[in-house]
Amino acid sequence: MMSKGKKFFMYAFLTIFSLLSIFPLYYMFCAATNKSIDVIAGKLIPGTYLIENYKSLIANQNLGLALWNSFRNSFILTVLCLLVCSIAGYGFEIYHDKGKDAVFTVLLTAMMIPFAAVMIPMFRMFSSLNMVNTMAAFMLPSISTPFMIMMFRQASRSFPHDIIEAARIDGLSELAIFFRMFFPTMRSTYAAAMTIVFMNAWNNYLWPKVILMTNESITMPMLVANLLGGYTVDYGMLMLGVFICTIPTAIVFFCLQKSFAEGITGAVK
Amino acid sequence: MSGSSKKGLTLQEKHGLTGWVFLTPAVLLICWTSFYPMIQAFILSLKTGMGVNLSFSGFSNYTRILKDPTFKQTLFNTFFYLIIQVPVMLVLALILASLLNNKQLRFKGLFRTCIFLPCATSLVSYAMIFRSLFANDGFVNTVLRGFGMNPIMWFANAWTARAVIIIALIWRWTGYNMVFYLSGLQNIEYSVYEAARIDGASPLQTFFKITVPLLKPTILLTTITSTNGTLQLFDESLNLTNGGPGKSTMTMSHYIYNTSFVQSPNFGYAAAMSIIILILVAILAILQMKVGDER
Repeated sequence: MMSKGKKFFMYAFLTIFSLLSIFPLYYMFCAATNKSIDVIAGKLIPGTYLIENYKSLIANQNLGLALWNSFRNSFILTVLCLLVCSIAGYGFEIYHDKGKDAVFTVLLTAMMIPFAAVMIPMFRMFSSLNMVNTMAAFMLPSISTPFMIMMFRQASRSFPHDIIEAARIDGLSELAIFFRMFFPTMRSTYAAAMTIVFMNAWNNYLWPKVILMTNESITMPMLVANLLGGYTVDYGMLMLGVFICTIPTAIVFFCLQKSFAEGITGAVK
Repeated sequence: MSGSSKKGLTLQEKHGLTGWVFLTPAVLLICWTSFYPMIQAFILSLKTGMGVNLSFSGFSNYTRILKDPTFKQTLFNTFFYLIIQVPVMLVLALILASLLNNKQLRFKGLFRTCIFLPCATSLVSYAMIFRSLFANDGFVNTVLRGFGMNPIMWFANAWTARAVIIIALIWRWTGYNMVFYLSGLQNIEYSVYEAARIDGASPLQTFFKITVPLLKPTILLTTITSTNGTLQLFDESLNLTNGGPGKSTMTMSHYIYNTSFVQSPNFGYAAAMSIIILILVAILAILQMKVGDER
């Protein structure tokens, strides 16, 4: 048993840290429901100005379009990324040999390449292919990432070889083994990967800012950044934009939280 | 996918081939969107000119970097964030994770959710939240006034502006790293801790003699990813402080972005700076792996 003092210290530390972690989010929520002038005055209770803030937000920016673009881009990107990276990670681990291990080591070095370094050539490459302002140009650089392949490769390690052997004897093709045996078994790894990929796709800002230049392809993070454009900042409206931009990732996080922890555990073993 | 038509291959060769088919799409994509642009960036860094009119000029872009005060400023800023933020954040994450790993602790799930929640906010969003919290007429100054203190013009002074960026970064990323440590800790048998307690080890001894060594692979992973992330910092610099006051909080990625897309575009010079970042990231990763391999 711990001493009372130690226990008190531990709970106090965790409570203070938890409060500091959620305070900015609570502040965001309060600000989204209050008048800008009340936000500046430091009002910290939810207000009744939500509808008005919403009205000025949709008058100011094309919220529906940005939400739709963000949802569509993030959803398609997540599906493609999970498919391509999981099958690659599985391939690297289950059928591993010297050649594949060498290729994997080379892929890992790609993790060190900073995005700023490839941004300009990639922009030139996509513009010479007439792909600027397309969804494909936004997605292509994020579909296959060394980090995701590594995560699935590590997770494949815990997948029992007996299952594969048994399925082969039953006459299942290699691809069918992957989809019908591996895919359902690795649900928590997929959930963890999905959380990470969706959040990255939704929150991505630098690359869409570079490659998506028309008003029609605006995404949520770009919309939020635009809200700061005027001479005076309407804090109520700004924080409502921030709040709306945060809801989808928060929902994904809450739904997959449990599997996320399990999936990460499998990956760092 | 069934290779039964390919006669003359042993079963093992067939499986090997299937493996290659499985990993080809991912490998090709990474080559196309990482390695190929990287080589292009290097070629580009040897050229000078404005916009699309480029001509080879040897290493002149690199010699220009050495004389560029703005590059030195952004290099200093980025490394300042790195040496303050990464250690503070990782130590905090490690302490929080080992506290949360305690079997006797109640409300574990609640604490974990609260501390991890900042990760759900987008980079632009949290930059906006901290920007309005620390604005001249923002919440923090209202509180300071309430206590009878003078308000601080956070974004008007280089050091306070840097402090705001570091506070924001720590807020956003501590929970994320904590989850990795928590997962790593769950792989350590609880009986190891029980034994240490029975042998009379203090919590501090347990932390340094058991937790840290057993978590070393995870600590190494988070150190490398955090270093990499901080060296590539962009969103915070652009949306929280816009690099200001002056260029005193601007990061290297932000400067590269400005050089390529905001001021009169100079792709060659921007590419040369990005190659410098690549070299720095690589050197730091190798150093960290060397240190991590010791003992």
